Amino acid sequence: MTHAAIAEETGHIVPNATFIKVWATLLVLTLILTFVSKVFHEALSVWAMLTITPLKAGLVFYYFMHLKFEGPLLKAMVFVALGTLVIFIGMLFFDLSFR
Amino acid sequence: MTGSIADAPAAHRDYGGAKIAMWLFLFTEIILFGGLFILYSAYRSKYPHEFHDAGNELNYVIGVINTLVLLTSSLSMALSISAVQKGQQRLAMLLVGLTVALGAVFLVNKYFEWIAKFHHGLYPNSPDLLKRAPGEVLFFGLYFSMTGLHGVHVIAGMVLLSIMLVLLARKRIHQKDYVKIENAGLYWHLVDVIWIFLLPLFYLAA
Amino acid sequence: MTAMAATVVHAEPSFLEAGGRTGLLGWILSTDHKRIAILYLVSMMSFFLVGVTIGVLMRLEQLTMGPTIMQPQTYNAMFTVHGVIMIFLFVIPGLPVVFGNFFLPILIGAKDVALPRLNLLSWYFFMTGAVLAVLSLFTGNGPPDTGWTFYAPYSLRTGPNVSLAVFAAFVLGFSSILTGINFVTTIHRLRAPGMTWHRMPLFVWSLYATGWVQILATPIVSITLLLVILERFFGIGVFDPAKGGDPLLYQHLFWMYSHPAVYIMILPAMGVISEIIPTFAHRTIFGYRFIAYSSVAIAALGSLVWAHHMFTSGISSMASMVFSLLTFLVAIPSAIKVFNWVATLYKGSIEIAPPMLYALTFIFLFCIGGLTGVMQGALAVNVHLHDTYFIVGHFHYVMFGGTGIAFFAALLYWFPKMFGKMYNRRVATIAWVPLFVGFNMLYFTMLILGVMGMPRRYYDHLPQFHTGHVIATVGSWFLVSGLLLLLGNFVVALFKGEKAPANPWGGISLEWQIPSPPPVENFEEIPTITSSPYHFNPVAGR
Repeated sequence: MTHAAIAEETGHIVPNATFIKVWATLLVLTLILTFVSKVFHEALSVWAMLTITPLKAGLVFYYFMHLKFEGPLLKAMVFVALGTLVIFIGMLFFDLSFR
Repeated sequence: MTGSIADAPAAHRDYGGAKIAMWLFLFTEIILFGGLFILYSAYRSKYPHEFHDAGNELNYVIGVINTLVLLTSSLSMALSISAVQKGQQRLAMLLVGLTVALGAVFLVNKYFEWIAKFHHGLYPNSPDLLKRAPGEVLFFGLYFSMTGLHGVHVIAGMVLLSIMLVLLARKRIHQKDYVKIENAGLYWHLVDVIWIFLLPLFYLAA
Repeated sequence: MTAMAATVVHAEPSFLEAGGRTGLLGWILSTDHKRIAILYLVSMMSFFLVGVTIGVLMRLEQLTMGPTIMQPQTYNAMFTVHGVIMIFLFVIPGLPVVFGNFFLPILIGAKDVALPRLNLLSWYFFMTGAVLAVLSLFTGNGPPDTGWTFYAPYSLRTGPNVSLAVFAAFVLGFSSILTGINFVTTIHRLRAPGMTWHRMPLFVWSLYATGWVQILATPIVSITLLLVILERFFGIGVFDPAKGGDPLLYQHLFWMYSHPAVYIMILPAMGVISEIIPTFAHRTIFGYRFIAYSSVAIAALGSLVWAHHMFTSGISSMASMVFSLLTFLVAIPSAIKVFNWVATLYKGSIEIAPPMLYALTFIFLFCIGGLTGVMQGALAVNVHLHDTYFIVGHFHYVMFGGTGIAFFAALLYWFPKMFGKMYNRRVATIAWVPLFVGFNMLYFTMLILGVMGMPRRYYDHLPQFHTGHVIATVGSWFLVSGLLLLLGNFVVALFKGEKAPANPWGGISLEWQIPSPPPVENFEEIPTITSSPYHFNPVAGR
């Protein structure tokens, strides 16, 4: 990255309405998750947790943490970090599941 | 130019670099908590019933309320940065203050939760806890460690944001240079994300 | 490379002389990456010598059967502290904090790292962790006796001072993390105009890969160590079998970091060798992209092999097979590097100056270390060799014969640039003889002892191992004399060495284009890069 290019960067302003919509979505998702967990049987609630929770986290990353508006480099770095954790857990289960 | 501490602030103004560095630091926090999530997943798969039963002993209403509190604090945090970007210094300070206040609400709830558990004789190494099945001992061990470590990070975030509040008041953070508060916001949002995962794992451990 | 004259004379003071604050404060409050590098160098060499001393004492104990100079408990504490000091205070910080700090900005044409104050903070964390580690020797019930690996459940229950030592390692983790963050950010943001990724020196590539490992792997051990402390104080239960915990999970988490940690140790060492060999072969490096990408491949693959430390601990056969396969795979990128270094020598104009001598020694010793590692990746072999002296020999070949020798090679290469003084080259070459002979007497014998069945971390040994132990101990004396000669040579040079020119070796990377020692801001003006860093032409040289 050249020094000139560094100087050109500016921040991008997300509209307040977007933040509020994301927040409302997060609240709704939380309530759905709670409802499903408490009311339905185990398998369905596990599925709900496995889909809704990463979705909520993704919304926070993408909008609140501005990741949607960042360049490919930062997105790639986040992917590498999360991927590393997933791989650690996955490879651990090569041991745990087969003992 | 001697490279002493006092000189350093004037030397570098790299918005993109500061952001990259902050994200790299956040990765370390993700992996730090990740280690605990690894342990949780290992023991959950080993003791599924005990985890389910112990999970029912936690008050999910407080858990959900705390989730809503933190989600709202993330909203106020994000809005505060937009305010700085638009030059609305006072609004920004208000919103940061609100974020810190919501953090305090979270911690107060947590405090009451923990105290309630302690009164019921449930704390690491307590005689009552040790009488239970190993899976339940581990559930509560992980519960206290993970929410405890998370709580430490909430406190750290509140301290960080309070500093941002002071810098805003002194106009050291403003429309033309706000990367510090943006980075502080990133930290706060990560604390929120971690809680987003903690909620179902402990309170909705169906 | 731009045509920047190596003999520019100007009034700018070198970083050693310049300073707002004078004296000690001018050093320990400085955010100049070069001063921070020297702070690390001085502190690390001190800890290294402490570690060496403990090693010598351990070898003295093994000179005779039965007690020689210490009791069993002391011996256990000795190998624990030897490991903690060497690994956390010398080999892991190693080349990045000394030579990375000093040369990364210069090699990419920058004035400093991206986050200079964070850099100084890294050193403060380092010193804090070091002081805590040393304190653990003297406080509580005495130094820890668990081995540097602090395995549960013993580490959860044993009397001596585990918590303080573990907390020291935790603090040192912060130092490593911050350095990694700093270097990755610096490499992304501060490269000089024209320096594309494929025009970066290979040492920089290695620091980049290392930085990522520091960022992504260290936090795992941080949380693991924190949990050991929480266990000891609060009885959480996660690693305690009495409460349903699984001690193997401790080992998993511990090695999830500690295996990538060995790549933190070796990648920068390999990077330095990639700098030294082209300079003294007066030839461009063979296979630049292969070496660059292999650094990244080693970092990535190396994060997937941790359970090869646990083959005999009780993990599943499925896990054993998967990790064994991956362990064999990770040897491939390392081998690619060795091939490329040797290929670089072909048709080169080779000069065996001291840096080159030690760099070539690295290749030889690292090959032995690496091959003995691959041997252990074979499951059936591992059953016999695990926890024997074979392992001890293996990791000393890679950590000492590899990273240690590369550290000395880097010092021999860059000392004149850092301090503006030249050391006695003859003494450096002479020191190599007892160093090399002693090293192999000590550690090759260990490989043999291990195959014969001598267990590690044992205070005493059976008669059939006695000859080997005597040879090893005598070897340690030769090794240490070589070390003292080599290091003493540098110390003398600091005070009495003749003035070194800007480019004593005829190198062509950026550091040789600036004065020795460099001025505070490194470059009068940031250079524009137009070619690769190893573009030797026929007229390059002194």
